Amino acid sequence: MSGADTSWILTSTALVLLMTLPGLGLFYAGLVQAKNALSVLMHCIAIACLASVLWFVVGYSIAFSEGNAWIGGLDRFMLSGIDRETVSGTLPESLFAMFQMTFAVITPALMVGAFVERIKFGAVMLISALWLLIVYAPVTHWVWGGGWLAQQGVIDFAGGIVVHVTAGVSAAVIAVMLGARKGFPGKVLPPHAPWMVMIGACLLWVGWFGFNAGSAVAADQNAAMAMIVTHLSAATASLVWVVIEKIKFGKPSLVGLVTGTIAGLATITPASGTVGPIGGVILGLAGGLLCYFAVDLVKNKFKVDDSLDVLAVHGIGGATGTVLVAFLANVGDGSAGLGEGVTAGSQAFVQVTGVVSVAIWSAFATAVIVLVTKAVIGLRTTEDEETEGLDFSHHGETAYRL
Amino acid sequence: MKMIMAIVQPYKLDAVREALGEIGVDGMTVSEVKGYGRQKGHTEIYRGTEYAINYVPKIKIEIAVNSDIADKAVETIREAAGQGKIGDGKIFVFDLENAMRIRTGEAGNDAL
Repeated sequence: MSGADTSWILTSTALVLLMTLPGLGLFYAGLVQAKNALSVLMHCIAIACLASVLWFVVGYSIAFSEGNAWIGGLDRFMLSGIDRETVSGTLPESLFAMFQMTFAVITPALMVGAFVERIKFGAVMLISALWLLIVYAPVTHWVWGGGWLAQQGVIDFAGGIVVHVTAGVSAAVIAVMLGARKGFPGKVLPPHAPWMVMIGACLLWVGWFGFNAGSAVAADQNAAMAMIVTHLSAATASLVWVVIEKIKFGKPSLVGLVTGTIAGLATITPASGTVGPIGGVILGLAGGLLCYFAVDLVKNKFKVDDSLDVLAVHGIGGATGTVLVAFLANVGDGSAGLGEGVTAGSQAFVQVTGVVSVAIWSAFATAVIVLVTKAVIGLRTTEDEETEGLDFSHHGETAYRL
Repeated sequence: MKMIMAIVQPYKLDAVREALGEIGVDGMTVSEVKGYGRQKGHTEIYRGTEYAINYVPKIKIEIAVNSDIADKAVETIREAAGQGKIGDGKIFVFDLENAMRIRTGEAGNDAL
């Protein structure tokens, strides 16, 4: 066991939890109407609690304990077999399980952005629980737990595939099956608190250092490089949104800038252990541009009410970074290069295989989960509840008393 | 006595208050209100999507004055709040039947 590695991953674990609580919560709550702000915060924190307990019961085991190429075993059911002395690499295994738990917390919480302002609270809980066990944990096993994608040498340092592609694609499926908010697209109301969106995004930004640099699972040179490339990608993608908005609309917006930040962070995530600083800037440019146009495509062309752009920002960003890492692995000082005998082309093939297969599994499994939830609990609130706002109709609380 | 209700741009409130103070109007009630007139709201753009903001924030000022300075007060408000632009606001004048200062029970002009 290494004290240095342990202390950095303890810190990273706290940072990654900070991304969800309250980072993602505030990011999303500011983007919805005032009458739904609490419901969104509630979704994020309730999912965090639920995912944590499920991760303890069986999620960690089927993701990370030995099994076959598709799914892990039950050796770690209820975290059995993890004593104080048990190690995973240079860390206590209790810490590794906890670090990974914070990833299992944020991934289903990301999907909240697809169904805000119109979904039943019970449906959120059931979808998230089933999704964690049927989509997230198995895909984690495929990529990080020694499963079939890991065996092919797929590069996904911190979760471009595992976190962002799974959540982005599933979010879009839920949005389509749930239907749009009343009045979408012409008559929905704008974000109620852009300043809150900024605070949430900045907590995500800082927390992302734990997410990416922590994914080195060590306090070493890879963690250090991951941190700087992460930061550069975020900064670059933010500027890309500022420039696009200035040119297109004449005014660069705060909500736009911080959306660019998140796009840059999602894009660098899979590549953060491989690229150098120049690669980080290139990924920020690519992610910023592609995600901007993806938002327009999903919402305005396809008319899908993925309300807070989970697919366009997280899914497209994560997929972009996952594919481009194959071509940026040797670009500039500080890059890590590809494995011996691996070409950019052959790596790209593996990367695309990973993105496409995980996207297909996420879409299919989520569709089934949504159908089951619809049959058991139902999905949508009544129209009156939607008009009144979920804060009072579902939780009996009001965000602002004026 | 007259009741004057003025709807003005929020950033013009201080100018109106100072101008009215200079002509001896030393009390007012102010509310933050929303509405639309010829300005017909505006649009805001978030993540590339345009949202129509139908109700624009304004300030509503209410003052009660002696009838002989009512015209002057109206003109003062217009000068202070006016910019010659759509959205400057409107002024409404009503007859006021009575007024009373709660502390002393004074009524009519004495209460203003």
